[in-house]
Amino acid sequence: MSETVHEEAPAEVERPTGPVAAAVLATGIGAFVLGLLTTLSEASTDVHDFLEFSDDVGPLSGKTILAVIAYFASWGILHALWRRQNPALRSILIATAALVVLGIVGTFPTFFQAFASD
Amino acid sequence: MNSGALMRLTNRETWTFIHGMVLGSFFLLAFAGGLAGLWSLRTEYVTPAGIAERMRRLKFGIAAMAVAAWATVITGTWIVYPWYRESLAGEGFPGCEGASVPGDDCSPRDFLLSNSSGTTEDWHKFGMEWKEHIAWISPMLATLALFLVFYYGPALARNRTARTLVLVAFVGAFTTAAIAGLFGALITKTAPIT
Repeated sequence: MSETVHEEAPAEVERPTGPVAAAVLATGIGAFVLGLLTTLSEASTDVHDFLEFSDDVGPLSGKTILAVIAYFASWGILHALWRRQNPALRSILIATAALVVLGIVGTFPTFFQAFASD
Repeated sequence: MNSGALMRLTNRETWTFIHGMVLGSFFLLAFAGGLAGLWSLRTEYVTPAGIAERMRRLKFGIAAMAVAAWATVITGTWIVYPWYRESLAGEGFPGCEGASVPGDDCSPRDFLLSNSSGTTEDWHKFGMEWKEHIAWISPMLATLALFLVFYYGPALARNRTARTLVLVAFVGAFTTAAIAGLFGALITKTAPIT
């Protein structure tokens, strides 16, 4: 008697949405911090001077370093908080989209130059 | 043939080439491959064996794209940009007077702001100002796409929402990089770093 062997795919385990939510929201936070610092740097000479972490690169050094720190730090914190949870992705996606759009607006010259300090 | 003629790149030109042409082109290539892989990663198009094979390529392609995105912004900001923004011409840009291209006494930024060769200041005030900032959003989005591909794995082929999320992050990374790359190319044409 012949024996039929069925190849079965391994049972799929539903993975929690928490790590996805953390990675998505952290991207929004990183983009938003970049836009916020770009606008604040233009509006305030104190912020502009503070962000000059490097004389050669100027305030762009501080803006990008702090935005990248905000991105990875928020990702790490949110991941730790949500890694076994299942937060609803819809509201997090909407919040992230809003943060990314605000971040892009904050880096848009016509916008941030409107706040230029004399 | 002129045997004395050689093509040489200065150190600055070499880094500008690496930043814009090598890393930038690699990023675009990885994007095109990744987009095609993502788009066709569906259970109705590919067998389980095909999905496993495509996942390996997709993971490699998106990882390469994310690494290229970070390398592009880091070399751009920390190596090339300081040469662009040097203040060489002095107040009122006398060092750029009569210049048709940037030089030893006139950095690309000085040259653009001086309007010594036509109306060029908006290339800095709008083009460079947007490029130098928006470029940094690209590696964050590329890293998000990379994380999602590794997290979902082969389930991406069945999970349409997850696949759409990866596509949005992926296309967002490309769009922000394309804006920066386009302005970078145009600014380099107007005021090259030499």
